[in-house]
Amino acid sequence: MITVSMMVNGDAVSRDVEDETLLVDYLREALGLTGTHVGCDTTQCGCCTIHLDGISAKSCTVLAAQAEGRAVTTIEGLAQDGKLHPMQEAFRDCHGLQCGFCTPGQIMAGAELIRTWEGPLDEHQVRDEMEGNLCRCTGYHNIVKAILQAHAETRATVDA
Amino acid sequence: MYPFIYRRPASVADAVRQFEAGDDSSYISGGHTLLPTLKARLAAPTDMIDLTALPELKGIEETDEGRILIRGGTVHADVAASALVREKIPVLAGLAGSIGDRHVRHRGTIGGSVANNDPAADYPSAVLALDGIVVTDRRRVAADDYFTGLYETCREPGEIVIGVEFPVPLSAGYAKFRNLASRYALAACFVARTTSGIRVAVTGAYNTGVTRTAAFEAALAGDFSAEALDALDIDPEDMLSDPAATGAYRANLVKILARRAVAHQGEVLIYK
Repeated sequence: MITVSMMVNGDAVSRDVEDETLLVDYLREALGLTGTHVGCDTTQCGCCTIHLDGISAKSCTVLAAQAEGRAVTTIEGLAQDGKLHPMQEAFRDCHGLQCGFCTPGQIMAGAELIRTWEGPLDEHQVRDEMEGNLCRCTGYHNIVKAILQAHAETRATVDA
Repeated sequence: MYPFIYRRPASVADAVRQFEAGDDSSYISGGHTLLPTLKARLAAPTDMIDLTALPELKGIEETDEGRILIRGGTVHADVAASALVREKIPVLAGLAGSIGDRHVRHRGTIGGSVANNDPAADYPSAVLALDGIVVTDRRRVAADDYFTGLYETCREPGEIVIGVEFPVPLSAGYAKFRNLASRYALAACFVARTTSGIRVAVTGAYNTGVTRTAAFEAALAGDFSAEALDALDIDPEDMLSDPAATGAYRANLVKILARRAVAHQGEVLIYK
């Protein structure tokens, strides 16, 4: 067992876990933050996408111990002061989901994409950059629409 | 995963000491090959030594000899975005930007890729075609001597890839056909015009892992054009064969990709 400490959604947390614990299991099992999903457990589907120091990562393929001392954001930490993140709002507006299983990962991936992307963003680029997040329901059309809408809105706010 | 003891060394020298002290040690960097391997219980290291926090393994710089040194712990996304790499060897930046997906590129490292030498990994083809030098904690090895087969390199137990030095080529091109499911190369060709001659390295296809294609190089040395490869064929017996593609399919693909990499020097072509 080792003690693993990190910031999760702004709170300092610390848990004793087995050395080989994956970050996704640390979040789900040790902290009870079950919004981060495990879809494939083979680094393909992106349902477990979180932000590690603000950068997207598949938490099924990171050891919890590798996040020691770092800041993790999960889907539970995206809304601020009871207000949905623009990406969450856009997914609701555009109906960017059906069953919802992949949605936490899609939203975390989309949020990181629009925060770090420089310059204009088009549909083709969104589809390329979102390649690591699989959805088995929607055909992606509304997911892409939601991300473009959130990007446009965020850009408008920054420019204003 | 089988249980292991997690260790966080303070330096490269400390990492090597911890590796040697362990019963059956493994290094971990981005972990994007290693962790899936461990989940499938294909390996059972006793000691997991984490290299990700070591500052000695981070960064990209130009050496006094004018080569580009990418340190082993540098993630693919940072190579793809590096102003220096994009200026000096843009095809290498493009190759890094084509690995896996966005999230994978945030974690996977060049050192891990080169140390693991997956037969379908992208970086080994660039290291071999650009006549790179693999720098370890104990020596410098030319790419021609470094890669020795499927998942095999000349590294000794515990030897750490500190980085890779890339000579700047006259020009280079990379063409890849991706396996849609795995996102690895089904076949890919890196063709470089270097100061030491034409070099063609193929990944994803040969049953010997990343491999230079001598016949293509000789033909291109005389006439650097896609047509120069017309009369040449790859032997399907030399190719990997699996449910995704037969040896004959890959042999044909290698030739097509090589032609395109020659015809499109300065570009990265990704087919999927």
